[in-house]
Amino acid sequence: MIDKKRRLHAGQRGLARMLTDGSYSLYIMGFVCFAFVLVFSYLPLAGWILSFFDYMPGYSWENMGFVGLKWFRLAVSQPALPRVLRNTLMMSGMGLLVTPVPVAFAILLSEMRNEGFKRIVQTVTTFPNFIGWIMVYVIFFTLFSPTSGAINQILRSLCLSTVDPIGNERIVWSFQTLLGLWKGMGYSAVVYLATLSGIDPELYDAADVDGAGRFAKMIHIKIPGLYPTFFVLFILNIGNLLNNGFEQYLFFYNGIVAQKIEVLDYYVYQLGIVTANYSLSTAVGMLKSVIGILLLSAANLLSKKARGESVL
Amino acid sequence: MSIEKSRAWRRYRASDWVFQALNYTFAAAVLIACLYPLYYLILVAVSDSAAVNRGEVRLIPVGFTLQYFRDILTMDGMGHAFFISAARTVLGTLITLAFTSMFAYTVTKPALRLRKAFYRLTVFTMYASAGLIPWVVVYTRLGLKNSFLLYILPGAIYPFGMVLIKTYIEQLPDAVEEAARVDGAGYFATYTRIVLPLCLPVLAALAVFTSVGQWNSFQDNFFLVQSEKLRTVQMYLYDILKRAEAAAANARRGDMTMVLTAPPNAFTVKATTAIVTILPILAVYPFLQRFFVKGILLGAVKG
Repeated sequence: MIDKKRRLHAGQRGLARMLTDGSYSLYIMGFVCFAFVLVFSYLPLAGWILSFFDYMPGYSWENMGFVGLKWFRLAVSQPALPRVLRNTLMMSGMGLLVTPVPVAFAILLSEMRNEGFKRIVQTVTTFPNFIGWIMVYVIFFTLFSPTSGAINQILRSLCLSTVDPIGNERIVWSFQTLLGLWKGMGYSAVVYLATLSGIDPELYDAADVDGAGRFAKMIHIKIPGLYPTFFVLFILNIGNLLNNGFEQYLFFYNGIVAQKIEVLDYYVYQLGIVTANYSLSTAVGMLKSVIGILLLSAANLLSKKARGESVL
Repeated sequence: MSIEKSRAWRRYRASDWVFQALNYTFAAAVLIACLYPLYYLILVAVSDSAAVNRGEVRLIPVGFTLQYFRDILTMDGMGHAFFISAARTVLGTLITLAFTSMFAYTVTKPALRLRKAFYRLTVFTMYASAGLIPWVVVYTRLGLKNSFLLYILPGAIYPFGMVLIKTYIEQLPDAVEEAARVDGAGYFATYTRIVLPLCLPVLAALAVFTSVGQWNSFQDNFFLVQSEKLRTVQMYLYDILKRAEAAAANARRGDMTMVLTAPPNAFTVKATTAIVTILPILAVYPFLQRFFVKGILLGAVKG
């Protein structure tokens, strides 16, 4: 028997077609799911309107004045802004600098012959990625405690001076970058290792025939094999130049390192929640988002020029 | 030595041994750097707190005791926070898996004309966000403030997961689905009965990411939930940290009241609470590690 749902009459278009070939269920499923995206990711954009008013919680819209670009002008003239931008760019810059580290680690891991040890290293180094930043803070706060932490105890027993990286404003950027590396290196390395395992083994055999040693193989096979993945991640990191994340800086923030640890995301929080300057915070956040999108597009263009393909 | 054996040994030149030695040493150093901080936290949590303060704890527990764990498990609100975190992890993961996989499935079907738009608009949310204040204000207007739904609904569509599943579904052979369609199954039936069971590997990987994300989630609680009844373990830990800081700040100003009423073992309380917060992940992790590695392989990073 011919499935009645499938028979399409000549000339049926759009809705009628949809109802007869059963694809209406597809549209229902699609719209229901997309509704989540619309409501929870796109609807907040409506909040951008706050930056054009003198927003005060609880006041009705008529009582709040429309102020045009006032908050934007204020945003770019905030005395704290250059410092915040400096911190943000320094952190992101250092983050970009250490992007090759997981690549190197993955290559080194791939050179290991003992499969068991390799797997142990993989498992252990990936674990910090799944620990939330608040726990990272507690771990390192306890470890580096000037009086009782193990690190300083060991240093003292070696007659070296104690360290306090959490309260040291000279090494803030390096320390936070290292923390990010501690947390993320293992996980990124696993991604690269997965890519490495996809390289055609015949390439290695051919290299052997050509007399290539270990390092030659690394340079001519492994690195070119990893380069596409690395490039994509690098370009995406450039797009995220202004987005350092928030939690890391919330937990590691203290009076001593304040000047250097305040990044844009933290600054937006400071303005909006701590001092309750909703409109100003929204304006800064908007600028950040817009510039971020521009950065991403620029990075994508760079990618197209350099490698002929888009990242997105 | 036979010719084959001498040829095999010739591959292992001195430089090779040196490289392997260095490689393994370096890897061991990285291992210790990743393990020791966490290990030290465990040591602090199970050692006598006076010994901890004196700095005697380095490699092994000093004055091993589980008393502090017993203490905090009976601490006000801890058990409830644990329950809330567990509930949101389970429910949130189920909801996310269900809707994200359904969305990924619909996006692979050419019959859906809008699929390119759906896909691009969803992926776009990974790269741009509305900002903190708009998020807080709009979500409050939506009635999500102090609501458990805040924990499980907004994450229903997980863009990265959608990309993973979509890629996976596209690599499935067409024949299975065709057979189902010929038998008269509708799209939803095909999705639930055929495609979903086939997606179990990538769904397992996604479950790992989603549940860990749910368990570690902090900002939704921090910004949008003031009620103690909906506090997660992350927020609970944060409250302990803040209380300790406030006690220390007051003590510096000469006000000792908070210090006297707060638990004397400052490090241990934090350490123990942190351990309890990490423990679920720690316990389940070695088993889950298989899944997410596989998931990455299956989802194939672009390029």
